[in-house]
Amino acid sequence: MSFVDEVTSARKSRRLRWRDMSKLKKHEAKWGYVFISIWVIGFLAFYLIPMVASFAFSLLDFQLAKPGEIEFIGFEHWRRMLFEDELVWTSMRVTFVFALITLPIGMFVSLGLAILLNSEHLIGRDMFRTLFYMPSMIPLIASIFIWSGVLNSQSGWLNRLIEFTTGYPAVGLNGLRWLDSPNLIYIALTYIGIWGVGNAIIINLAGLQSVPTDLYEAARVDGANWFRRLWSITIPMISPVIFYNLVLGLVGLLQYFIVPYILNGGNGYPENTTRFYMIHFFTNAFGYADMGYGAALAWLMFIVGMLITLALFGSARYWVYYEAESN
Amino acid sequence: MATLLSEQKPEVLERVNANTAARKQKALLIKFGITSLAVLLLSLWVMPLFYGIVTSLKTKEQISDPKASILPAAAITVEFEGKEYDVYSVPFEDGTVRELALYKKGRQASTFIDPNNLSAEPIEWEGIWRQLEQARTVSPTWSNYPEAWNTVKFGRMLWNTFFYATVGMIGAVSSAAIVAYGFSRFDFPFKNVLFIILISTIILPPQVTSVPTYAFWVSLDMVPSWWPLIIPMFFSNAYNVFFLRQFFLTIPREMEEAAKIDGAGPLRTFWSVILPQSGPALVAISLFHFFFAWNDFFGPLIYLTGARDQVPITVGLTFFNGIYASQPQLIQAASIMTLIIPLAIFFFAQRYFVQGIVITGNK
Repeated sequence: MSFVDEVTSARKSRRLRWRDMSKLKKHEAKWGYVFISIWVIGFLAFYLIPMVASFAFSLLDFQLAKPGEIEFIGFEHWRRMLFEDELVWTSMRVTFVFALITLPIGMFVSLGLAILLNSEHLIGRDMFRTLFYMPSMIPLIASIFIWSGVLNSQSGWLNRLIEFTTGYPAVGLNGLRWLDSPNLIYIALTYIGIWGVGNAIIINLAGLQSVPTDLYEAARVDGANWFRRLWSITIPMISPVIFYNLVLGLVGLLQYFIVPYILNGGNGYPENTTRFYMIHFFTNAFGYADMGYGAALAWLMFIVGMLITLALFGSARYWVYYEAESN
Repeated sequence: MATLLSEQKPEVLERVNANTAARKQKALLIKFGITSLAVLLLSLWVMPLFYGIVTSLKTKEQISDPKASILPAAAITVEFEGKEYDVYSVPFEDGTVRELALYKKGRQASTFIDPNNLSAEPIEWEGIWRQLEQARTVSPTWSNYPEAWNTVKFGRMLWNTFFYATVGMIGAVSSAAIVAYGFSRFDFPFKNVLFIILISTIILPPQVTSVPTYAFWVSLDMVPSWWPLIIPMFFSNAYNVFFLRQFFLTIPREMEEAAKIDGAGPLRTFWSVILPQSGPALVAISLFHFFFAWNDFFGPLIYLTGARDQVPITVGLTFFNGIYASQPQLIQAASIMTLIIPLAIFFFAQRYFVQGIVITGNK
């Protein structure tokens, strides 16, 4: 069970009450608390208290450079964030547009490759699996440098390959300028991130292997072709896996920061298309060391992320298939 | 209805044979098609890696010249009488092509010398030398690597990264094992609620809590330093706890019961029964943590930016990228140096990885 399934199935578990427990059970329970106390302390110190403090900060005028001049200003930062700072909405839009482009591509590629690597007709399957997974071990910083070289409009291999295979004049200043054109930048960022689908490939692969083969045999007897079997058996059967990848992908995209930061220092080039929400947050919180406004931006991100996750989990019961529930 | 094949009439048998032959042929064709598709996709998939390797071995000029070959090739030159002469591929009327050095340039005809036999008689050649192709040879510029290593102080950054990864790994794995043991083997009130809270923190972006945490470490005067990055690791992380709990749940309880009867307390059971049986899982999360640390960026960026000597590779290379944008060969060399250790570890330990990812992502 993935941790995502754990959340969806949590309601069914029974309840344990302290006063109903025997002495021995209480002794055991105390040991349980001792073991998990490490996490509880960490949770309080690095999650709960900072969350509350973050909200408190958002009500303060708190510049790190002037620690003596902290002042309570109420919801002033929130007003500025929601109604004045246009970059908040720009960066929010940028983040979602990019997610809408890159998530489907990433999920399609990882599922497609998993299907290929699961094929019984593929010779040398283990070797192919290793080699397709390998690039996801490459540190992101190295893949950003390598891919931005490959995507270089003049000396990069991608444009040379396109020109060589299709004849389209891709090379040069008037060619395909992946990293400079607002129309191409999201595709370029998708390329840069594509090696990261390695984990999703493996999870999809494990999902594919757990589909009972008798379903396929029955479908074959009924005359269903390959696409029909994919659509009516494979996809529904591995929908929990797809859901898991979707949740992780979306959570990761909300935090999308490293690539735009390294490519151009987080200045939004070209035309603010890479001003992602995290970039805007980082610029304010750590670039300008504005703790108050930064905390407000962080809280907005938390709220938006929560809403999306809840919506996603709420939608799960309409399209994610759980075997246990249907029994 | 089941008649043996051998009892069939000869013509039926023949048809069956022909059928299996055709089917075999078809299967072979499918095998060939699928495998070629995989080869094609794989070459596109790893093409950038080759770009990185090849580019890291070029000179700056070889990269910017759009007509230069894909491989790091340099023009061949010959020294003769104290002067350098370029070597060209010169076609002759009898169909042969010789590699000759251009000695004297002329509009309609030029004089060449044989680079292998400089003292021989010069060769007259009719034609326009500008249309000739320069002879090239593969000549990797290995010196890019030491140059990149020295300019970025790569050794220092490597040590920082390694230190961060190792110390953090010890903290993350040991704390996660203890917490996971608590969640997998003990029953206590609010366990489920606490567990749901724990895994919800996987979805919480770490940046959300970063502002007050940062202010806290600044107030303790610990910025810039490694402490804010390492201390939280010793309080376990949701992903690792979840992973180890899943694994502990699969360990049969008989041995623990036996240990209990022998009078072993929970600590002793954890140390001598659970941990020895969890080798592969512990290796897997150690590796996960190692790779996480190798990639970690946001934390080191905010906590170490003021201390250039302490930054890990990720953050250090960002500065480097800004300064050396016009030296792509050095940037590629640094990238290759960065990825070589993780890739080597991966090839030695891939079995643990794949199992690990499957445990967290699936049933």
